[in-house]
Amino acid sequence: MADIATTIQTPHAAPATWEPRIIGFLCYWCSYTGADSAGTARMKYPPNVDIVKVLCSGRIDPELITTAFANGADGVMVLGCHIGDCHYITGNHKTMVRMPLLRRVLEDMGIEPERLRNEWVSAAEGEKFSRLVAEITEQVRELGPLNWPQLMHDRGVGHGADLRPWGE
Amino acid sequence: MGTTAGEQTNGKLKIGKYWAASCGGCDISLLEIGPRLLDLIQVANVVFWPCAADFKYQDVANYPDGYIDVCFFNGGVRNSEQEEVARLLRKKSKTLISYGACAADGGIPALANLKTRAEIYDVVYHHNPSIDNRGGTEPQPTFKTPLGELEIPKFYPAVLCLKDIVPVDYEIPGCPPQADRVWESIQAVVTGAVPPRNAAVKVGCTEKSVCDECPLEKKLIKIKQFRRHHQIRPEPGWCILEQGIMCMGPATRSGCGALCLKAGMRCEGCYGRPANAEDQGTSMIGALGTLLDAQTAERAQEMVAEIADPTGTFYRFSMSSSFMKGGK
Repeated sequence: MADIATTIQTPHAAPATWEPRIIGFLCYWCSYTGADSAGTARMKYPPNVDIVKVLCSGRIDPELITTAFANGADGVMVLGCHIGDCHYITGNHKTMVRMPLLRRVLEDMGIEPERLRNEWVSAAEGEKFSRLVAEITEQVRELGPLNWPQLMHDRGVGHGADLRPWGE
Repeated sequence: MGTTAGEQTNGKLKIGKYWAASCGGCDISLLEIGPRLLDLIQVANVVFWPCAADFKYQDVANYPDGYIDVCFFNGGVRNSEQEEVARLLRKKSKTLISYGACAADGGIPALANLKTRAEIYDVVYHHNPSIDNRGGTEPQPTFKTPLGELEIPKFYPAVLCLKDIVPVDYEIPGCPPQADRVWESIQAVVTGAVPPRNAAVKVGCTEKSVCDECPLEKKLIKIKQFRRHHQIRPEPGWCILEQGIMCMGPATRSGCGALCLKAGMRCEGCYGRPANAEDQGTSMIGALGTLLDAQTAERAQEMVAEIADPTGTFYRFSMSSSFMKGGK
C-alpha cells in the first residue's frame, strides 16, 4: 500500500475497455479492519477500489477527495466507524458534516454527487464492505468515466499555451 | 503624457498598471495609498495605466522587451483582448504582479464560471427585464462595415486567472488589496527587498488566516443553526461564525486586518485560500466539519441543507483557482 499522495495521484493508463477506478479512504480502526475481515472470509467483491488507509475518517480533508477526482478517480468512497464508535470520540462527526457539504459543492461544479459515497463500516462488517464496493462500482459504471482532462477541455479552461497541465 | 521608449526616465522605476476582467476597484485601491503616492512618483514613472492616463496598446508594443520594471495586472482573463494584453505585458515587463483577487483567483467575475456561455448570453442579451432586444442581436466576433471588417474580442467560456495565461512573479491578493499592504509591497519593490520570484509566493498578506487577526472572541460554542445577516443581529464581540453566520475567516488568508469583522460584517473571503491549502472551498468545508453542533448524520444533513449557496459563498473570490475552475 502506497502513501496517500502516490495512490491518489498515480495516473492510470487508459485500458481498452474502461473500468471504474475508485479510491476508498478507510479508517484504520473500523473500516479497514472490516475490509480485512472481508478478505479473511474470502468474500468476493469487484477489484475496482484502491484502498487508502487513514487513521480516522475525520482526517480526510475534502481536498484529498477533489485531488483524487482531478487525478483520474471516477469515484471516491469514504468509510469510517459508526457514529458513537469513533476511536477518537468525534472524528467521524466531522466526516458526516463534510461529506454532504462536499456533495453539494460537487453537484454545483458539475460532478455527479453519487460519485462520492460516505458510509459507516465496523470492524465486524466485512459483508457490508463487500456489498458497498459492489454497489459503488456499479453506480460509477452507470455514470461512466469522469474523464477530468476532457471535462476541463469542454469547459474551455484549457486553451492557454502556457496553461499548466491539469492535476499539477 | 506617456513616456516613450526613447525618453530619458532619469533612472526612475517604470511602472505599469492594467485592468482586465475587474471592476476598477483595484485601480482606485492604488490611489488609496494617499499622500504616499507623491513619494511613489518621486521614484517611479507611470508608463502604462489606461485607467488614469491616455495610453494605447501600441505604445506598449513599441517599448523594448522588459522595458517596464514593475507591472501591476488586475482582473481575470475573460476575453481574447485581455489574453493578448496579458501576453504583451509579460513580454514588456521585468516583473509582473497579479494585483487583487480577480487576477489571482478569478474574483467576482469568475462566479459566472458556474454558468455556460449560452446561459450568460441569454441573461445579458435576451431574457432580462431591462433589455429590449427584439431582433435577438448578439455580439459577433467579426462584423462587416463599408469601411472594412471590424473585429471585437472573443468571449471565452470561462474566466481564467492571470497565472493560467502567463507566468506571474508575485501575487498581491485582496478585493481590493489593502492600502497599507500595497504600500509595503511597493516599498519592497523599490528597495529591492523582494522575495525570490515565485508565483506561489503571495506578497502583501500574511501566512495566517483571518481568524488570526480577528478581534472577536471565540467561545468554542458549536454552531446550532445557520443564519444570514438579515435574520439576526449578532451579539457584539462574539465570533459571528459561532453565532451561525457563514464567515469565511477560517479559510481565508489574512492581511486585511479583519476589516469586515471589525465593522460587524462576515468575512467574505477576498484574500483567497490560506497558505496551507490548495483550494479555498474545500478548506472551508474542512473547517465547518469541526464547527457544527450535529450529533446525528440526519441532523448534519439538515444543517448542510440550510446553508444558502455553499459554492457561491465558499468560492466567491476564488472560482478560477478552484479545483474545478467552475462548473458546467
